[in-house]
Amino acid sequence: MRTSLGERLLDLAVSGVLWGFRILLVAGILIGTIATVRAGKYTSEQWIDFVVFGISQGSIYALIALGYTMVYGILRMINFAHGDIFMTGAFAGYFLATWLNGTGFIDNNPVLGLVIPILFAMIVAGGIAMLVERIAYRPLRGAPRLVPLISAIGASFFLEYAFRGFFGPGVYAYPPIKALEGEWNILSVGILKVQVVVAIAAFIMMAILYFIVMFTKVGKAMRAVSESKDTAALMGIDVNRIIVSTFALGAAMAGAAGVLYSLIYRQVGFLMGFTPGIKAFTAAVLGGIGNIPGAMVGGLVLGIFESVGPSLFLEGLGIPRPYQLKDAIAFTMLVMILLFRPSGILGERITTKKA
Amino acid sequence: MKRLFTMLSLFVVASMMLVACGGGATATQAPVMTEAPVVTEAPIVTEAPAAYECTDALGCVTIAPDEPVHIAYWGVLSGADASLGEDSKRGVEIAIDDMGGKVLDHDILLTTEDGGCTPEGGATAAAKLASDTSLVGLIGSSCSDETVGGIAAITNAGLTTISPSNTRPVLTDPARGPDYDGYARTAHSDAFQGKAVAEFAYNFLGVRKAATLHDGSAYAEALQQVFADNFVALGGEIVAQEAVAKDATDMKPVLTTISAAGPELLYYPVFVAVGGFVTAQIRDVAGLEDVKIIGSDGIFTADLLKGGGANTEGMYLSSPDFSAFTGDYAGFIEKHTAKYGGSTLSTFHAHAYDATNILFAALEKVAVVEADGTIYVPRQALREAIFATKDFKGVTGTLSCSPSGDCGAPVIAVYEIVNSDPASWNPASADAPNPKKVWP
Repeated sequence: MRTSLGERLLDLAVSGVLWGFRILLVAGILIGTIATVRAGKYTSEQWIDFVVFGISQGSIYALIALGYTMVYGILRMINFAHGDIFMTGAFAGYFLATWLNGTGFIDNNPVLGLVIPILFAMIVAGGIAMLVERIAYRPLRGAPRLVPLISAIGASFFLEYAFRGFFGPGVYAYPPIKALEGEWNILSVGILKVQVVVAIAAFIMMAILYFIVMFTKVGKAMRAVSESKDTAALMGIDVNRIIVSTFALGAAMAGAAGVLYSLIYRQVGFLMGFTPGIKAFTAAVLGGIGNIPGAMVGGLVLGIFESVGPSLFLEGLGIPRPYQLKDAIAFTMLVMILLFRPSGILGERITTKKA
Repeated sequence: MKRLFTMLSLFVVASMMLVACGGGATATQAPVMTEAPVVTEAPIVTEAPAAYECTDALGCVTIAPDEPVHIAYWGVLSGADASLGEDSKRGVEIAIDDMGGKVLDHDILLTTEDGGCTPEGGATAAAKLASDTSLVGLIGSSCSDETVGGIAAITNAGLTTISPSNTRPVLTDPARGPDYDGYARTAHSDAFQGKAVAEFAYNFLGVRKAATLHDGSAYAEALQQVFADNFVALGGEIVAQEAVAKDATDMKPVLTTISAAGPELLYYPVFVAVGGFVTAQIRDVAGLEDVKIIGSDGIFTADLLKGGGANTEGMYLSSPDFSAFTGDYAGFIEKHTAKYGGSTLSTFHAHAYDATNILFAALEKVAVVEADGTIYVPRQALREAIFATKDFKGVTGTLSCSPSGDCGAPVIAVYEIVNSDPASWNPASADAPNPKKVWP
């Protein structure tokens, strides 16, 4: 088919605009960065602080993003209720931790005082996710893609307001672990204990998940179902059971993230899952939706950009009160990646090429 | 399938009509009004047909003899700031109790709308209230943002609202615009609060370098600017003015930026969510371990102690001066304790009490009551009566409303939190007040 001159000029114009956009953005980032570094307002220790904040925030996003990415890989559906599963895990962890705190258990056994609420949160979040899957998603298995999406939004609202009904509209204070207050001196840089523990716990969870998905039978079955449901069924895999396991596993990660998040920010409320849910979804898309290492990378990248970005880019460009634009940075990054590398950083692994 | 769909849609539409018409009215009426069958059809008044002719420019509210007088409270009733809205609502409820639950021999019906402390929430709540023609007057909103979002709808519906806790200065500025014609408030303007805090910081604490942080809300942004302007006028230096988004949770990056500027004091007149996070995280940031911290009435609630934890001890909070209330504040507190137990939740309960009483006083002045008990409330006359309030003896002071709706009697004090345990929160306590007044 021959394209007319007009169509070719239009193509040229559009790609010219896109390229101009890319150049402007990169130029803006470079100018901002150079100006900030030259102004020398922050010491290197403060930059390290920014990066550490970003890593601990990002590892929480990564844990939640894993749930989004796994469900998308298997069902090609974005589970919008996932942010609220995170919230249910945080509540579960809060109630158990408050009860344990009352008996002085947490002060005496800080390690167990951390691990037990996390395990409880994982179980509760996994259970609730399985219920949601059974009630809101399974009956819609064969429906067009938009239908389970809307059902997910409904499930999200249901969870939020059910928790509001049970636990009230206010926020609760998560009991802090005394052993985790203060700093550790790592390589002569003071880093908050809580953030180190959260980052390490998140990495351990991610490693466990990666191990399960890559090296166990259940994981192999999950990967098979995400490649092709029908073929996997033909191979004798119980597709329903695998889907339920995927939901449970992703939700367990989110539940753990809920407890870790509450440890740092110490507040638990019925709307707390909304923003982390959106950010984690952004992280999952950023890293490549459907791709598990992608979710981890996306989460970390998002966290670090959010933390370092305002002071590194925006301040240098002379923008006042740059932290108000923190979310703008995160979502601009998402839009840029989607425009210029739609498969995400690590690439969307929906199907692998067959010979 | 198509037939099923058609039948289902007909069923849904029919049930919607039935629900809307509900209450025994005939199905031929337009199913929108929330008033019971007091329409032009069957006349209820059986005496001489000299019924009141409503000549008010904004129309009248008609209240049948068996109907209640309907007022509404709109404010923040969910989320992190729920205690602020709940606190004011209690003031309204106590005022209604003090009137015996009745005004002009009709029961008082109080309904509530949640504004969520955002402009969008305020607009939604205001839209719902504006469409309710049985409403006589409103108390609200809690947050200045809600008013910014919703006041146009309320004014255009002919309603008048008295806010117990909005403090943003421009809301009662003479040049505020016609959208605010239906708006008055019994709370102070932050032009006073920012000035008081600046004086406290400069004279009492003796600091010369201050930084401010706001959360993007209309209230916080205006208040920290008033503080900054006054602080500089006194001779101090503002080394940093930063902001975060209202739903931000990670404060350490912005606090690190602030610490790089070397302040001696951080003033963050924000709401509870951001206030809790900042207070909980500020001592973990290098350089801010000893900085003095001040907040304002937006975080004057026990929820701040829950969110901020141990770091709230020694923190200062500015607020209306409870000990300067010229009315019977102690009596009000007794009624509050008897009805709700425990301490007051925040700062503006007495202001809400006064606002409600001003509304009812204006209502009693302008309402036209027929012999059979039907009440007609001319909206414009009610609005003018509220704005004409002079020397009204309220709990918070002797109140007079300016033509631009400023009815407050502003006296600001600074309190110090002496105990970070949320259960110890009781600013009105005589022997163990927490927080405790330290200035003036």
